Amino acid sequence: MSNVPSDLKYTKTHEWLRTLPDGTVEVGITDHAQHALGDLVFVEVPEAGRKLSAGEPFAVVESVKAASDVYSPIAGEVTAGNAALAAEPEAINSDAYGKGWLMRIRPSAGASATLLSPADYEKLIAEEGD
Amino acid sequence: MTRRTPLFDLHQKLGARIVDFGGWDMPLQYGSQIAEHHAVRRGAGVFDVSHMCVADLKGARVRQFLQSLLANDVGKLKVPGKALYGCMLNETGGVIDDLIVYFLGESGFRAVVNAGTRDGDLVWMRRHAAAFGVDILERTDLAMLAVQGPEARGKAASLLSPPGATSALALEPFFGREIDGWFVARTGYTGEDGFEIMLPAAEAQRVWKALNSAGVTSCGLGARDTLRLEAGMNLYGSDMDERTSPFESGLAWTVALEPRERAFIGRGALEAIRARGPQRKLVGLLLEGRGVLRSHQKVLVPEAGEGEITSGTFSPTLERSIALARVPAAAGASAQVDIRGKLLDARIVRPPFVRHGKALVSPEVI
Repeated sequence: MSNVPSDLKYTKTHEWLRTLPDGTVEVGITDHAQHALGDLVFVEVPEAGRKLSAGEPFAVVESVKAASDVYSPIAGEVTAGNAALAAEPEAINSDAYGKGWLMRIRPSAGASATLLSPADYEKLIAEEGD
Repeated sequence: MTRRTPLFDLHQKLGARIVDFGGWDMPLQYGSQIAEHHAVRRGAGVFDVSHMCVADLKGARVRQFLQSLLANDVGKLKVPGKALYGCMLNETGGVIDDLIVYFLGESGFRAVVNAGTRDGDLVWMRRHAAAFGVDILERTDLAMLAVQGPEARGKAASLLSPPGATSALALEPFFGREIDGWFVARTGYTGEDGFEIMLPAAEAQRVWKALNSAGVTSCGLGARDTLRLEAGMNLYGSDMDERTSPFESGLAWTVALEPRERAFIGRGALEAIRARGPQRKLVGLLLEGRGVLRSHQKVLVPEAGEGEITSGTFSPTLERSIALARVPAAAGASAQVDIRGKLLDARIVRPPFVRHGKALVSPEVI
């Protein structure tokens, strides 16, 4: 069973969001997504300062099987990419919601995002199966 | 409707992720694909390869039949039990399939062909077998397990009777033999030592569980693919097909043009290709930096033109990305690969990348 923490928000494309005390938002891929991808072997994260619009690909995660884009759930400016993943991409497999974070972003003023509650996200992955 | 092997229920019980492979429901992985890969390089793993087609060939002229059917020469098979790898070609020299044939002695030969091509292969073989009076019997009553890794033979032999174990452990590489009602062959697709075991389908689940109990890791098609690619072995349909000849597929060593009088299907086309020189070749690629090579990525070769990756992956043993690629014959030692619009440097190397657990490309020069 996939782990869906109750204190996060989610997207239909399997990203999670955590709002940090300073107002920035931490983004990663869900436990369900890492499980579907399999062992991750290469991750490309964005540089701080990069401006993103909502829905724009900001990272590439590659497993043994395939490469996948990860989409920014919200418009804003990247404040940090998780550089540690270059040496340890498997942290996404073992700790998707912790050490496996991909970027931190400061949302643009007035930016909005269509997000799913944990319950809605659980429903989505139950419908997708596996 | 996909097909299932006699082990399907057990794969599900073991928690395998099941995928469609050539029309078969097969296990991709049971847990971590990389852990399964390392189990085979360092210990022992077992794969369900029952989706492959085992066919027994019988008839007074069966040897002549295979000598006309295959680009490699079964005339090399003089001792019962000896196996030969080769290609079955069409008239234009393209590869219909690659296969292994075992010489069984008086009772004929046994061929093992790929799952995705089995139906077409059988039609082709039967069409040509008629003239030689050869019968082709598909052995759907058998399951096939590949037990691979440095500890594989010892662990598999522990399931046999004492004389059976002695007999199995005495097998030379690329030999097979009937032992205790199984056909045990010292062959494989991983670059490691091991056995491929053909056994009655009804025994397959019991044997799989006994292998697990003996410390053999269940491995899926995911690990099978990274292992064979590290070992520099081709995958039919990816690295060669009916449009490519063995010469352009790294398989010249499987083409027996001697003796000259042996007429086999595709011979004329191969001689013509050889006379003008193959335009392309299949090479190994080692990505210099970070990233993962994937099939169909474009390969740019300085002053020689363009090629394409036919199989690419991340090598768990080398912790680098490796690939097989078809490139212009004039390609030298280096190339660039277009990965999502970025050109990354790659080194052209001669496969295999890994054999018997050892890297054959040294990390310090990467």
